[in-house]
Amino acid sequence: MIDIRGLSVFYGKEKALDDINLSIEKYSTCAVIGPSGCGKTTLLYVLAGLVTPGSGKVIIDGTEQKGVRQGTAIVFQDYGLLPWKTVWNNVALGLQVRKYSKDFIKQRTHHILGVLGLEHLKDKYPSQLSGGQKQRVAIGRALAMQPDLLLMDEPSSALDAITREHIQDLVLEIYKSFPMTMVLVTHNIEEAVFLGKKIVVMGKACIKHVLDNPYFGDMSLRRKEEFYRACIEVRKWLDGGEER
Amino acid sequence: MNYIKRIQSSRTLYGVLMVVLLWYALHFTVRSAFIPSPHETFVNFVRIFPRTLLLHLLASLGRITAAVAFSVVAGVSAGLLIGMNRKIDRLVSPVIYILYPIPKVAFVPLFMILFGLGNLSKVIMIMSIILFQIIVTSRDAVKELTKELFYSAKSLGMNRPQLYRHLVIPAVLPKIITAVRISVGTSIAVLFYGENFATTYGIGYFITNSWSMVNYTEMFSGILGMSLLGYILFKVIDLIENHLCGWVKA
Repeated sequence: MIDIRGLSVFYGKEKALDDINLSIEKYSTCAVIGPSGCGKTTLLYVLAGLVTPGSGKVIIDGTEQKGVRQGTAIVFQDYGLLPWKTVWNNVALGLQVRKYSKDFIKQRTHHILGVLGLEHLKDKYPSQLSGGQKQRVAIGRALAMQPDLLLMDEPSSALDAITREHIQDLVLEIYKSFPMTMVLVTHNIEEAVFLGKKIVVMGKACIKHVLDNPYFGDMSLRRKEEFYRACIEVRKWLDGGEER
Repeated sequence: MNYIKRIQSSRTLYGVLMVVLLWYALHFTVRSAFIPSPHETFVNFVRIFPRTLLLHLLASLGRITAAVAFSVVAGVSAGLLIGMNRKIDRLVSPVIYILYPIPKVAFVPLFMILFGLGNLSKVIMIMSIILFQIIVTSRDAVKELTKELFYSAKSLGMNRPQLYRHLVIPAVLPKIITAVRISVGTSIAVLFYGENFATTYGIGYFITNSWSMVNYTEMFSGILGMSLLGYILFKVIDLIENHLCGWVKA
């Protein structure tokens, strides 16, 4: 699905990403984990077509990435909701922009709000919602466009511990019920292990290690010992990496 | 809702009462024809309103509306263009900063030579003052938009017109309405000056004329009319704001 070849990105003279090579299989998930400032959000923005690579290329579904792609949806760290639009209009926005018929937009938005349990909030503005609710709306906005590639930037970092796990459960459920490839960026080890079939550990502007996560997909994973073993494994790579 | 409305209306009532009380106090302490009593003024106001005052007020309202409307259309367009485009910003903003503080009323004679003695020169004089406020406000409002919101809009595949429709214009609207509110206040003050030249209609003319004819009751009726005009304009702007920017108060 995604092939990243020799990707570098510069912000002025500073290297945000340096010669990244990575491939992600179709209908799988990939969690990119790393300390803040390592370039993981930049990587996500390149995949979304929002940041143009300095060199190298990204091939998605056989075609080279140029600008925003129709089938890609992104959930932003700060939710990316427009404050002047109601929940309903925020979810419908992507469909309106793509000029779907009014009937289709209505039916699709209704369906998505139902799936995410947001029906009762449809006339609220983002400022009237809790963090968890905002994240649901942001996920709804992305899902409404029926993406085959869903990108998520720190899906739960701004939330309290309990809401965080709810959102992570929701993301896994969504992955299981909608056929798509998912790439998420996080600095939370548990989140990476819970949501990443492939876990990419990043250091400054580079990939330190790629792990396959055999435990991925188990909804009750958090109650199992393997989960914590996997977390420790990821932590070791995060802390040291090169020395091992 | 009802409760809020009641507070609002009683607040207005409170304001009116206080002004009337102060006015009476002045009237009785000064004891001169300069300051007619409120009731005298009010009776006069009601008497001259339908045939005289209304026409003067409408003339002024027309000039203010035209000036504010043109300034909003031109000023917002220019402000958005400057705010969205760094090159244009670098070229235009220094010029604006130099022109902004110049006292434009000094150019009244020039405006009258260039645009005639009629309404056009008065409208242009108001515009020359409030246009800058609106340009600078809308420019800064655009600049305040975060990069993240632009990314968010672009990620949905928005083209340029859609970006303006869904992101830029709604984002700057509340600030533009504030700028309009300030502009209306400025317009009334400026117009009062402008209507002293080459016209026989307008509330500014009416007030100055009553003053030179030593008719203080009519002069105060004119002032009363002017403040009512301003009050109504501000209320209309409030209504527009509630209608267009419901999300701000939500």
